[in-house]
Amino acid sequence: MGFLGEYIRTVYKSVASLLKGMKMTGYYFTHHKEIITQEYPDNRDTLILPERFRGEVVMPHTESNEHRCTGCTACELACPNGTIKIITKFEVSPEGKKKKAIDTFIYHLELCTMCNLCIVACPTDAIKMAQSFEHSVYKRADLTKVLNKPGSKLMEGVE
Amino acid sequence: MLEEIGTTEQGDLIINVGPQHPATHGVLHLVITLNGETIKKVDPHLGYIHRSIEKMCESLTYRQFIYVTSRMDYLSSHINNHGCALVVEKGVQIEVPARAQVIRVLMDELTRVASHLLWWGAMAMDVGAITPFFHAFREREMINDIMEETCGARLTMNYMVPGGVMADIHPDFQRKVKEFVTEFKSKIDEYDELVTGNIIFQSRMKGVGFISKEDAISYGCSGPVARASGVSCDIRKWYPYDCYSQLKFEEVIRTEGDSYARYLVRMEEMRQSLNIIDQLIDAIPEGEFQAKTKAVLKLPKGEFYTMVETARGEFGVYVVSEGGTTPYRIKFRSPGFSNLSALDHMSVGGKIGDLVATMGTLDLVIPDIDR
Repeated sequence: MGFLGEYIRTVYKSVASLLKGMKMTGYYFTHHKEIITQEYPDNRDTLILPERFRGEVVMPHTESNEHRCTGCTACELACPNGTIKIITKFEVSPEGKKKKAIDTFIYHLELCTMCNLCIVACPTDAIKMAQSFEHSVYKRADLTKVLNKPGSKLMEGVE
Repeated sequence: MLEEIGTTEQGDLIINVGPQHPATHGVLHLVITLNGETIKKVDPHLGYIHRSIEKMCESLTYRQFIYVTSRMDYLSSHINNHGCALVVEKGVQIEVPARAQVIRVLMDELTRVASHLLWWGAMAMDVGAITPFFHAFREREMINDIMEETCGARLTMNYMVPGGVMADIHPDFQRKVKEFVTEFKSKIDEYDELVTGNIIFQSRMKGVGFISKEDAISYGCSGPVARASGVSCDIRKWYPYDCYSQLKFEEVIRTEGDSYARYLVRMEEMRQSLNIIDQLIDAIPEGEFQAKTKAVLKLPKGEFYTMVETARGEFGVYVVSEGGTTPYRIKFRSPGFSNLSALDHMSVGGKIGDLVATMGTLDLVIPDIDR
């Protein structure tokens, strides 16, 4: 008799534990407002990413096509993957002084791991992280970018 | 060594589980010798995702090598980075500001909760329940959003730097963490209701994958795996780093040593992590978030070792320095590797169906094992 009682008790406990779990599943099944899934490609217009989100490195330019990069290569040295390559040139000012300036700021997005070390290293805040994250392209070469716009100049007063 | 499906001279069957198998969570390859349904031997084969991270680190400077360690145990990347930052601070002797210490510990504990959440969902899926996975990811998403806002990334943050943290916390950080803690406290009881009390789950877990205290020590197990066998090994208690020494929390220890004990240890650890977050979230001191350091860090000649408690166990960083800007040799002691080595001992004599449950409670992250 003891065995039978134990058996019935086990069955009762088992069924109770299963129903407990099913109760919760049922709750979420009938409470649709708890759904938190985002439908990504459709919500593109309303999708707001945090401002610190690391999507890719960009170089902000002003309206008069000026940037803040002096070509000191601090970011190039800070980068662990060789993502950044800066080619510099010497510009001669009207007074005849030679000054170092950037010719091309090459950024290899395909090598970048978004570690943020270049942004931290930059002494003049010339580069920053953008929030764009849809980086897929058809050709690998499209991922190698030149960040300074053609004809851009160093902003006045940035040393 | 037989690598393909076949039979041994004694008539035992040899099968491969993985490297492409949903239960192995990545590219773990197990060669299993079976006698009927009983396991006679489990032989893990590694190397499918080896990236030679230790060798790579030798060519990176002490600021640069930290980001690579996020790619090892990617579920607790904050804590890996923390260990690496600590070893550099130990070598260069940087005093970390109190604010940075508190932020680091908060981030560590949030990561631990996130990591255990993923483990909970994935393990329940291994043993056949699919709903818990969605529940776990719903809460994990909240942590990911907090991380994204403050650190700028969701998985590989690279937020800890030698001397503190990379950026100050986001203005919304405290509010969001408090929201998460209040919500998660009720949710974790839901988890218990959904899975822990379930009779099918219990009968699949109890008595499966047993490892004794002595064996856990001799296999080098750490973290929840060792603590479920009664080994007191929490680095946060024994060798406290940053502000862990000032915190009140319990080291969760159970003595059963089976899969169910490992499950209960992790569930309780999540509650302890919430307890730590509760203590710190209103007490973040004012001040600098990063100590002033030299632009180029050089460790003096010698050997340095620090360890931290990740979600999986003891993570150690051993650095040999020749006095230059890059390390001469770096060795990472990853918890997953030692825990995996005990899998053979745990599952021999058991059934093949129980192997998945045992593996699930070991919480293996393959990139952490293979590096």
